Parts: sequence; structure tokens; C-alpha cells
Amino acid sequence: MKRIYLDNAATTPTDERVLEAMLPFFSEMYGNPSSLHAFGQEAKYAIEEARYIAAQFIGARQEEIVFTSGGTESNNTAIKGVAYARRDKGNHIITSKIEHHAVLEPCHFLEKQGFEVTYIPVDQFGLVDPADVKKAITGKTILISVMHANNEIGTIEPIAEIGKISRDKGIYFHTDAVQTCGHVPVDVSELSVDLFSASGHKLYGPKGVGILYIRKGVRILPFMHGGDQEQGRRASTHNVPGIVGFGKAVELAREEMAKEMEQLTMLRDKMIKGILTGIEYARLNGHPKERLPNNVNVSISYVEGESMLLNLDMEGIACSTGSACTSSSLEPSHVLAATGLSHELAHGSLRFTLGKLTSEEDIDYTLTRLPVIIGKLRAMSPLYKKEVK
Amino acid sequence: MEYSEKVMEHFRNPRNVGEIENPDGVGRVGNPVCGDIMELYIKVKDGVITDAKFKTFGCGAAIATSSMVTELVKNRTIDEALKISNRAVTEALGGLPPIKMHCSVLAEGALKKALDDYRGRISVLTSGEQAKKLLTAVNSGV
Repeated sequence: MKRIYLDNAATTPTDERVLEAMLPFFSEMYGNPSSLHAFGQEAKYAIEEARYIAAQFIGARQEEIVFTSGGTESNNTAIKGVAYARRDKGNHIITSKIEHHAVLEPCHFLEKQGFEVTYIPVDQFGLVDPADVKKAITGKTILISVMHANNEIGTIEPIAEIGKISRDKGIYFHTDAVQTCGHVPVDVSELSVDLFSASGHKLYGPKGVGILYIRKGVRILPFMHGGDQEQGRRASTHNVPGIVGFGKAVELAREEMAKEMEQLTMLRDKMIKGILTGIEYARLNGHPKERLPNNVNVSISYVEGESMLLNLDMEGIACSTGSACTSSSLEPSHVLAATGLSHELAHGSLRFTLGKLTSEEDIDYTLTRLPVIIGKLRAMSPLYKKEVK
Repeated sequence: MEYSEKVMEHFRNPRNVGEIENPDGVGRVGNPVCGDIMELYIKVKDGVITDAKFKTFGCGAAIATSSMVTELVKNRTIDEALKISNRAVTEALGGLPPIKMHCSVLAEGALKKALDDYRGRISVLTSGEQAKKLLTAVNSGV
């Protein structure tokens, strides 16, 4: 059976060229970059090259890039690291209601430690209003963290505007750019961010590696204590193959991103149109324009997401859902809820995230299978007959 | 989260999907807010469940438990059907992931409601018939 992967927001396949670049660093150039001998120095050279490429890619300086184990660590370090370093300045943090759990959970943790957190609401499309952020600022605000683009609904947030507000007020601003870095142009100066998280496996690199950009002069309290790697900002022997892979992935993104954006936008729009015109009682979640090039998120009335997902999986098509039935909490997606979507429609949501390996045939095939699956499930649904007949 | 082969089999090919016209009992449980709704229809003849059908809005486990419960009640007496627990449904499916156990509870709930509905109709019917008999007796001067 043909397998179609439409869950690239969860993770992307490692590009073969990335893998090839990484392989020598397992058993040929295996030195520890902290060692002074030639073995160590060749590894050190490789990670510094990756750091240079990554820094250039986001408009940063080399020494402003810290390699981490991934997006979650970068977000945790940014939020808790700033909170603890600036505790004497204040205890208030501003974030949004639609952040990834890797931002929300550190915030919940800090609330238990005596910090106060304001969670800014979003509109029906998932957009944060910069004016709301401005209004939430108090004399005690030490950090603002708003994601660059949402992982579920793909809405791209007005980061540059929020960045300007933060800069004017002298408050540190962090953005979780895990979904955008490598997919749409990002520049830390244009966005006016002080901290910026990205992850390797979301941009065709390996899992277990990410970066945290920390603007020069921004102080954080590290939470990995040990050796003095990463200028004392993150102890632990470098994940050399991972870091090399991250560098290669970014290098490829630099060359191929523009073309990929164009191709994905075309396929995305075809898919959205195909679903909205081909399936009755379907709606688009997220913003119609301010949207990641690869994100399709729809709600299908009268059917539940997990049963659609499993049926699609049986046809070889991989996607995800915001339905409660796939979460251990049995609560539907906090993101869809924040956009004002009813529980029923959140239960019936499907997310398809396209990637550079997605072909037009993949989309066509999915568009032929999806209505059949929905028809089958609606025939089984006690809601469909009542509302529709 | 992983489903057993039996759950997936019932999810792929759910048994007894649909409604029964003029059912002898209907059980409806759940709501769209919690994400699962089940409707169970039964047909009863001489105290034995001769047919059962369902309609369900819900996840894989909700559909599989609905399907299984219709299979389990067919050709059972009302008393036997009353003894079918959520555990029996789960066991027949080769187990459910812990967070999906509530689906089997819902299936048991739908069955109990359908049986209650049936017994309610019968008692109305029975009392109606008894009244008729009594009336006939009175009229005939017994």
C-alpha cells in the first residue's frame, strides 16, 4: 500500500543529505569538541561551522546561538532561564493561550513558584492582538513569549509588532519558532526578538537537537549545570552528529526554502479548496491568509477526529487531530478551544501538514479517500441524521 | 496508544450499524461535548433479543465497543443481557487502552438504557392488558 505522510508538523523525515553529513561524526570524527587534541578540534570545527550557518540563517551572531536537545529544551531554557535571572526585576510573564505545551507547562510551573502569568486570548483565526499584549504589560513584566506560528492551526502571529512593543518597554521577548524556522523567512532583528527557539527535526534535520538564540546581553540562568560548554549556558558534551545535521538542514533550507514555500502553498490551497468544496459541513480552522504554507486544519461536522484519523491510516494516509479522544486528558485541543470552536467541532478536527516530499498525487489521493471515509462515519453517526435530515 | 487487533477489526468492520424500525427498546447515552454519543436499538421476541443495531459518534474505541455490545446481546434473554458489564465488552475486545475504558462504560450504559426502555414499554403494555382483562371481566359480570 502507498503510504502518504501528511504530519510534517509532528516531525519531518531527515533529508538524506543531512544524514550523509552526520554519519562521519559517529565513528570517524568522534572526538569531544572540548578536547584540545586533533580529534576534539575537528569536531569543534564542525559544530562551530554549524553554529555559523545557523546564526547567519536567522540574522544572528555566532556567539548568540546555543545548541540544545530540541524545541522543548530551548523553550524551557528561555522561559525559566529568564524568569529566574530577572526575578529581582519582577515576576510577571505574558504569553498566549495557544502556545505549545513546551511553553505553557514551564509557565504553569513558574506560577507554582510565585510568578504571575497572563495568557493572552486569540481571535477566531488564532491571531494574538499586539494591543492586548501591550495592555497586559505591568511594571513587573519581565518576559513576553508568543509563538511565531501555531503548530496546530498554522496561524502566523504578528511577532514583529509584538517585538517592537517589547523593545520599547525594555521587556525580553521570546518566540517559539519551531514551526517557522526553515519554512518561512525568519530574522531575529526584523522580528525584534531576544530569544528564539528552533528544532532540528521539524526542518528535515535529526531529532534531539535544536537551537536557542539568546541576544547578546540577555542574561539567563542555565538549568543544565556541569561543564562549561556553550559559554556556560548549557553544560553537556555536544551532540556533534546532531549539531552537524542541524547545520546541514539549515543550509539546505537556505537554498530550497523559497521554492518549497511556493510548492507547498499551491498544494495547501488545493487541498483546502478540495475539502471545503467536496465535503458538506466542513470548515477551515486557522487564518485564511496568515498561515504556514504547509498547514491544512479543518473541522468536519458530525464525525469524530480519531475515527477519521484511523480510517485514513488504514488507507495509508497519516495526519493528526485535535480531538479529545486522542489525548490522555480527554480535553479537546486548547488551541481550537481558544479560537472559540465548539467542543463538537474540535472533536471533528483534522490536521494535514505537508512537506517537501508531498506530491500533488498525494493530495489528489487524499481528496478522493476523505469523502468516502466521512460518508461511512456519518452513516454511523446519530448526530448526522438528526441535524441534516 | 494502541488498540488490540480485535478492537481494530470491529472498528474496520463494525457489526450491526444502523437503526431498527419500530424497536422494542432504545438506549441513548453520551453527548457531543464529551465526544461520544451512542444509540442502541433492540428488538425482542418472547423475552429474547432477536436483533440489535447501533449508531455512534465517537472514537475508534467507541465504535468498537458499540459493535461488540450488539454482538453480545443478540439471542440473549433480557436477564442475560442485563448481566453484560463493561468489563465483559472490554474482555471480548481483547482489552482497551486505560484512557478508553470510559467507552466500554458508555456501551454498558447504552445497553442498560435500551433494556430499561424495553421493560418500561412492557410494563405499560402489561398493565394495559391487565386493565383490559379486568374490564372484560367486569363487563361480563364476573
